[in-house]
Amino acid sequence: MKTVNVSDITDAVKDMCIEATHYLSEDMKEALASSKEKESSELGKKILSQLEDNLDIASTDMIPICQDTGMAVFFVELGQDVHIEGGSLSDAINEGVRRGYTEGFLRKSVVSDPLIRVNTKDNTPAVIHYDIVPGDTLKIVIAPKGFGSENTSRIFMLKPADGIEGVKNAVLTAVKEAGPNACPPMVIGVGIGGTFEKCAMLAKKALTRPLNVRSDLEHIASLEEELLEKINNTGIGPAGLGGNTTALGVNIETYPTHIAGLPVAVNICCHVNRHATREF
Amino acid sequence: MDIHIKAPLDEETIKNLHAGDMVYISGTVYSARDAAHKRMDEALDQGKELPFDVKNNIVYYLGPSPAREGRVIGSAGPTTSGRMDRYTPRLLSLGLKGMIGKGKRSPEVKKAIIENKAVYFAAIGGAGALLSKAIVSSETIAYEDLGTEAIRKLEVVDLPAIVVIDSEGNDLYETASERFKKE
Repeated sequence: MKTVNVSDITDAVKDMCIEATHYLSEDMKEALASSKEKESSELGKKILSQLEDNLDIASTDMIPICQDTGMAVFFVELGQDVHIEGGSLSDAINEGVRRGYTEGFLRKSVVSDPLIRVNTKDNTPAVIHYDIVPGDTLKIVIAPKGFGSENTSRIFMLKPADGIEGVKNAVLTAVKEAGPNACPPMVIGVGIGGTFEKCAMLAKKALTRPLNVRSDLEHIASLEEELLEKINNTGIGPAGLGGNTTALGVNIETYPTHIAGLPVAVNICCHVNRHATREF
Repeated sequence: MDIHIKAPLDEETIKNLHAGDMVYISGTVYSARDAAHKRMDEALDQGKELPFDVKNNIVYYLGPSPAREGRVIGSAGPTTSGRMDRYTPRLLSLGLKGMIGKGKRSPEVKKAIIENKAVYFAAIGGAGALLSKAIVSSETIAYEDLGTEAIRKLEVVDLPAIVVIDSEGNDLYETASERFKKE
């Protein structure tokens, strides 16, 4: 049994909010750099260079990479042998968000009621997904999600007969509709299978996998590669102004599903695909 | 072609801008996004004056992150313009001449851009740290309670943007991807 105090969780979450919004992971930076080499549009190349400059300015001057510092999404894996002491885990995470977004000069983008729409002024509440796992480790992943790209995400409840071609069409449909609105080059998280809500969760979680790691499943890994090529052949390009860097990566997660269904969720992220991780 | 232009805009400048031109904007622009547009629309419904005269002006669809101590503004890139589409034709009919944002516009907005001889610019989405360097002053002039969505009067120097829809209705988003499409 391991004991973790909520105040340590709050401190870590505060730092994670600031880290994720000012620094991208190495795999994202590598993907941007290698796409610039391959980009055939001159304007596209220039835009990709500006995105790299933007990352440098963000980390050097401590200005968020994007002004939309997102709604704070968490994936928490709680080992069943971990004891949380001092209060509620969800409250501790939300307190970390409150402090991170306030002390880190991050934008507060959350409204308390989707229809009445009054800003909560501290970016809470977060969206927290919990998973209970064996062991005595608490793992917290933050993925602050901007809504320019979130708004372009889609779910398709396909028929089993639609098969793999149906899946490809669904992803390409979502990407083409998103176009310049989703701030390309995008990162595409895809969920296939499960139920309606499980599928959407898989798509979101797929965005947290490094871009240089392909699926363990051979047929899914090749689907990821094929879809990336097809997406880049749409010509949408950096900022939607034409080119062959429309996406930096496609990550797919799957789950068993029902005999009658083939759910496909496409969670689109912009080039600011942010996350940070802490383990206790 | 790289062009340096001044804000507010004049008729001659707008006429010479074409979809695909790279521009550097200097002068005064106003930030407004979803909630500010809704309030401006309601003000007009009630016969009230807008918080600033839109005539010849440029609106930047922006909700910045907060400024650190001693700084003018935080991260300051464009938000998705399409959400403002339902309010835009009315503002264009009142003399608004330019919009800076990102993403597609509706057919109604395009029609209003042509009718009112206006122009739509895209700034690079997600480059908020870089774009913030072009903003030299920021003053909240209305709807302060909206926080990031308040209307700000911004002085900009060489803010980089690209003409996406020109005053004749040419739309770069429609043509650019076709050039690089592979079947």
